[in-house]
Amino acid sequence: MMAAVWIAVLTVGAIALLAGLGLSYASRRLPASDDKLVEQVNDLLPQTQCAQCGYAGCRPYAQAIVSAGAPINLCPPGGDDTIHRLAELLGKEAVSLADPQPAGRSVAIIDEALCIGCTHCRSACPVDAIVGAHQLMHTIIESECTGCELCIAPCPVDCISLRRIA
Amino acid sequence: MTAPTYDLGKLHGGMRLPLRKSRGTAKPIYEIPVPGQLVLPIEQHVGNPAQPIVGIGERVLKGQLIAELDGALGAPIHASSSGKIVAIERWPISRRRGDPGPCIVIETDGEDRAIERADTPPPFDSLPPETLLQIILQGGIVGLGGAVFPTAQKLMQANTCEIDHLILNGVECEPYISCDDVLMRERAREVVGGAQILMHALGLESCFIVVESDKSVALHKLADEMTDVKDDRLVLKQVPTIYPSGGEDQLVQLVTNREVPSGGLPSDVGCLVQNVGTAAAIYDWIHDHEPLISRITTITGDGINQPMNVKARIGTTVADIVNFAGGYSDVAKQLIIGGPMTGKSVSTDDVPIVKATNCVLVLSETPSPGPELPCIRCGDCAAVCPVQLLPQQLFWYACADDEKHMRSYGLTDCIECGCCDLVCPSHIPLTADFRNAKGRIRELADEKARAERARRRFEARNERLDREQQAREQELAQQKADAKKAGPAAIAEILKRKQKRDKD
Repeated sequence: MMAAVWIAVLTVGAIALLAGLGLSYASRRLPASDDKLVEQVNDLLPQTQCAQCGYAGCRPYAQAIVSAGAPINLCPPGGDDTIHRLAELLGKEAVSLADPQPAGRSVAIIDEALCIGCTHCRSACPVDAIVGAHQLMHTIIESECTGCELCIAPCPVDCISLRRIA
Repeated sequence: MTAPTYDLGKLHGGMRLPLRKSRGTAKPIYEIPVPGQLVLPIEQHVGNPAQPIVGIGERVLKGQLIAELDGALGAPIHASSSGKIVAIERWPISRRRGDPGPCIVIETDGEDRAIERADTPPPFDSLPPETLLQIILQGGIVGLGGAVFPTAQKLMQANTCEIDHLILNGVECEPYISCDDVLMRERAREVVGGAQILMHALGLESCFIVVESDKSVALHKLADEMTDVKDDRLVLKQVPTIYPSGGEDQLVQLVTNREVPSGGLPSDVGCLVQNVGTAAAIYDWIHDHEPLISRITTITGDGINQPMNVKARIGTTVADIVNFAGGYSDVAKQLIIGGPMTGKSVSTDDVPIVKATNCVLVLSETPSPGPELPCIRCGDCAAVCPVQLLPQQLFWYACADDEKHMRSYGLTDCIECGCCDLVCPSHIPLTADFRNAKGRIRELADEKARAERARRRFEARNERLDREQQAREQELAQQKADAKKAGPAAIAEILKRKQKRDKD
């Protein structure tokens, strides 16, 4: 009688031990590592690198969402679509955009007659889409421009404007 | 005469449509006189628009090159008649449904003088295939069945694959259109001759000329011609009159019983399909040195007084052709370039005839089929779909904007034939929805590619900035170290000099 009780106790104990080990292993190995999650979040962001979220670019923002708990509604170019996808990925609630912006793609354009060749915009561009040399006219590679507006403020002669293309 | 043979292959779905072709085929091909002004769009083909090489005011001759091939995929454009270039400007074009696109405008001089041929080229069968392909490339020849893919590039692509059969497509399955039918009736010699040139260019020993079974006159004419030519590589075949058996992949399936894989080309299953009109155009170019400057077009519909087939110079406006065909009838309401199933309705008859224009269709007001109702999942659309898709599922996913499922259910394989629209009891405009969804998929893919590129550039820039920063720091550290090393010695030197000065 006692033997049967002992067998039962030991069996259940062994199962509990195995399950515990398994779970502790899983908890260490299975959840997506932060790096991977950052990568996934970064993939959902529009890569305009506009810094309107308050971080230095899309990847830094992704990092902040994952590790610093930054809100997911700070990305105006991504719009509500991006918020929904982020909410789905991270299991958070979709909130509306903090600072909404009309949808569609725009690119910056330099009024080349006014450009003085100061190179300020060139160093501000996060995706190297501006070509030009000191005291020579600059121009924007339209196909690479993300419309982030970061080149507009540094221009001393205000010759850069944003044009909607879609 | 050689008797045409039937085939084994089966087409899934498809429909028997009322053809309404007899009014067009009752009369011979009329040649339209050269109009006073020709408008030649520079984007008449798949690929890059041609690059104009003439200036305003320049005189050109018929057949002279006026816009050349730009890039790897495209076709050159030749002047359709002699005259003066008066403008290179935007003009309504059918490709954009009547919105303007870049065109070269020629004011004709009425002389229609052809450019002189530098020399008589050797007969085509003495030329190596590569040379022949280069010559075809210069003729500005594109697929005349409607897709306008540059022919020479299609042949070059096929030459990189293992090809067994050349298939000449004389299956004009869409209602109203009859330009290929009359072409085969009146110009069977050119069609067969073109087939021989194509076979030589591809090094092939087998060519099927395929015609629908209802085109008995064309079948007879071709059979007679083939008896005269006595080329046993050519085989005449007929296929049942079912829409859309003239689709490229559908025809391959019908004739050879091989299925073109999803996202693939007929060359993946050893076939190359060319339209009969393209073959005739190649014959004209190789034998008579006439580039693609005219084509046969059907002008028909109940909105036209005298429906007919005309041979028009590329660049003649639709208005000119309508006038030639007796003008619009009282009921004319809708102008369509192409057939009723796959054509595009355009907003103005100022658009010129281009290499793609196989039909000008003027219809009276079509009675509305009724309001769009919810899908009842009857599955009729799946039964007629020639590509064996499930339109009812695709519609579901298109409404939900579910890109992943649209792709996995084969939206990109949809040939937009319009069969599902016709059978839908709820009058859902499925084809239009699928066309939009395809555009959306393309847009999403573009967006993704752009984002990916931006990300790479951003990361590359950050790396570069890091590198520069590191280099600067290193340099600074180096300078510091140098100064430290050189410092005591320099101080000693200065002290020594000072002592010397003090002594003096």
